[in-house]
Amino acid sequence: MEFLNMGGYARYVWPSYAIVLAVVVLNIFWARRSLARSQAEALRRLQIRGEES
Amino acid sequence: MAWTWFHRFGSPPHVYRLAATLTPWFAWPAGILIVAALYGGLVLAPPDYQQGDGYRIVYVHAPSAWMSTMVYVVMASSAAIGLIWRMKVAHAVAASCAPIGASFTVAALATGSLWGRPMWGTYWEWDPRLTSELLLLFLYLGYMGLRSAMDDMQRADRVSAVLAIVGVVNVPIIHYSVTWWNSLHQAPSVMKLAKPAMPPSMYVPLLMMLAGFTLFFGAIVLMRLRGEVLKRERAASWIREAVGS
Repeated sequence: MEFLNMGGYARYVWPSYAIVLAVVVLNIFWARRSLARSQAEALRRLQIRGEES
Repeated sequence: MAWTWFHRFGSPPHVYRLAATLTPWFAWPAGILIVAALYGGLVLAPPDYQQGDGYRIVYVHAPSAWMSTMVYVVMASSAAIGLIWRMKVAHAVAASCAPIGASFTVAALATGSLWGRPMWGTYWEWDPRLTSELLLLFLYLGYMGLRSAMDDMQRADRVSAVLAIVGVVNVPIIHYSVTWWNSLHQAPSVMKLAKPAMPPSMYVPLLMMLAGFTLFFGAIVLMRLRGEVLKRERAASWIREAVGS
């Protein structure tokens, strides 16, 4: 409990850590999503070209 | 001979594969360093004699602030390389940096605000350091907005590169704002290597956190870079093999 209380600064310390954790997790999620979308898009373009030729 | 490495880094298939191979080499050390630094900063480091446990915000605030400016410098340098040598891959690096930098600028501003409230008595002040950091966020958002407003990738690369390069003047302003003007914000206490104003038990976790975040940036930017490289390739033969269908 002592640890969670952060010497009375809990309401400032823990939200700070939560925000940065969220930014870290979101960066992983966004990067994966962005890569997956680009891969799908690249394959779709290849397919269209393949059908045309 | 000396230029072969330069050409290799300009080759999209090479960069795509290299980025994929390197990502875990950044991600794992980053994860280990950050977890160790969390333990060091939250548990092992002693409370500050003035700020008590409130100063522990530094372990997430300083690395976020470091990311916000370091990523900008990487973005502006890559944009300049892309513009000067017409290197698609360099433009792809710059485009990959922006969302990462913007998100950590938000983190730096938000954690700074949460730290300012108990220590300065305010969440926000139009102080030189805070204002220039906010301007940095607008530069990132402007860069991303400009890019998304243009359909032609080559044009988007070139126009946004100019904005990124012009905006780099804000980086030294952020850095020196605390020495040039009377700022509420404290002067650097770790980045001066001569004599850190903290005992090792406090600054070692901070250095580990800074290193961990930098490696994390490496992993994320490499992942995004692969996507950005693919976007700039029109039906090149290597894609089918690289992406796997």
